[in-house]
Amino acid sequence: MKSIITKRNAPYFFLAPMIILFLAFMAYPIADSFRLSFFNFEGGTYTLVGLNNYAVMLKDPIFWKSLSNTVIYLIVQVPVMVILSLILGVLVEQDFLKFRACYRIGVFLPSITALVAYAMVFKLLLNTDYGIINYVLRAAGFRGVDWLNTVWGARFSIIMGITWRWTGYNTIIMIAGIKGIPTELYESADIDGASFWQKVMGITIPMVKPIMLFVSITSTIGTLQLFDESFILTQGGPDNATITIGHYLYNTGFAFFKFGYAAALSYALLIIIGVLSVIQFKMTKGGEN
Amino acid sequence: MDAMKGKNMGRKAVTYVFLTIAVFASLFPFYFMFVSATNTNAQILSVSPKLTFGTNLLTNLENLNKKLDIGRVFINSMIMTVSYTGLSILFHSMAGYALSKYEFKGKGLMFGFIMMTMMIPGQVMYVPLFTLMNRIGWANTYQAVVLPGLANAFGIFLMRQNMLSFPASLIEAARIDGYGEMGIFFRVVLPNMKPAVGALGIYMFMSMWNNFMWPLIILGTKSMYNFPVALSMLDGVVWRKDYGVIMLATSLATLPILLIFLIFQKQFVAGVMGGAVKE
Repeated sequence: MKSIITKRNAPYFFLAPMIILFLAFMAYPIADSFRLSFFNFEGGTYTLVGLNNYAVMLKDPIFWKSLSNTVIYLIVQVPVMVILSLILGVLVEQDFLKFRACYRIGVFLPSITALVAYAMVFKLLLNTDYGIINYVLRAAGFRGVDWLNTVWGARFSIIMGITWRWTGYNTIIMIAGIKGIPTELYESADIDGASFWQKVMGITIPMVKPIMLFVSITSTIGTLQLFDESFILTQGGPDNATITIGHYLYNTGFAFFKFGYAAALSYALLIIIGVLSVIQFKMTKGGEN
Repeated sequence: MDAMKGKNMGRKAVTYVFLTIAVFASLFPFYFMFVSATNTNAQILSVSPKLTFGTNLLTNLENLNKKLDIGRVFINSMIMTVSYTGLSILFHSMAGYALSKYEFKGKGLMFGFIMMTMMIPGQVMYVPLFTLMNRIGWANTYQAVVLPGLANAFGIFLMRQNMLSFPASLIEAARIDGYGEMGIFFRVVLPNMKPAVGALGIYMFMSMWNNFMWPLIILGTKSMYNFPVALSMLDGVVWRKDYGVIMLATSLATLPILLIFLIFQKQFVAGVMGGAVKE
């Protein structure tokens, strides 16, 4: 009995479900989002407005605020997390360490939690009057901080939250990179009498540079799409001081149903992520040469 | 020699102190969440918060069930997560297999397209998807949450990378033995891909279990909520917020994934590394 599936046409059969899914839920929405960004949705009907949504966006203070908030998160949080995960990775991979698996699991555990769940726990920990963090600060003789209701307190809370949630995740990736370094490099450094510090600076860091870059890229893209933390932890406030692009997009599209404008915002996000990806990709190439 | 030893001791001490602080900071929020689930709102919101397990667990559970049907939320989350994970394993493995073990027209183009979609944020698609789902009557359904998420390049990429090294000679031998192309995939290749399938499965399970923004948009009624959406609704209640109840709900949302993590640690880690390490 001959099957209709042959060696020649088999790959198309194997790919068929994914092709359908990609066309329906990726290609179509992306194209439609682009189309919608030139329309205005009001009273249940769309009217063509050309580039008006984009013109409005460029003068929209909340859009710029969401963008600058995201930049603040990026500038502060990504380097802190990359360095912290590198330090943790190097420390955990030292030969003398006992109970290595416990440390690894311990720092990785935050990255299994739902963003919504951890944001709600953090909200309680950061509570101005009753939160543990202020309790400890007061016990140490400091004044409590109004974390979630002041501009920089709220921003810092979000940065703290993301760092807690993702550092362990990136540490695991760093460990993968560190383990991939040929041991001969360290052995010959030992023969030359290199110190621990010299080996870290001279071998480990240069060798894990591509991994550090990978972590920076994925963290940057992740930060640009931040939603859950802003939505739950700070509700974008106070006075939009912590709102992210994703959160503003949600409010525009699904709280106020301004679909056309939301589509334009989403394209702005797409372009920003695209440009950053290309820049970072070019930088990777540069780093390898 | 003594100076050397002293230096090593110092390094060890710094390492242990630093790692202990890191682990403590990582685990404390979990501890606090579980503890608070057993305490009353008054105990949690007191000037010196209670940090030991209390006796209010059952009362919290009762009050939680008055606010929303937590059993239903659990079932919703399970249905969406398990079907998403199962379909991802099936479809992403199939696509990864085609892209790693066959030569065909348009292969390079297709792989390039798939890789490019990796950087496209899901948020770009929510407005058209919302309109589409409403038009075809899928708003507020499981499939509206599950299917769009499957258009995901990561799974295909992970499976392709792992299948590249599968010996072509075994596939040829199976062909000579009279296996059809489907038979080769399902009976020869896939059973040998258990570690990769495990990594993919865990990754997908976790991402759907914790999925929030899209379900928040497309799930309209309480009886359809998954855990993250249900949690956000509990949190949204402004008056008479009961933190014991809220922390119990977050604990219940976290426990299943925690359990799965502790059982399948290796696959978890492989899933995380899969995206980063080139084979």
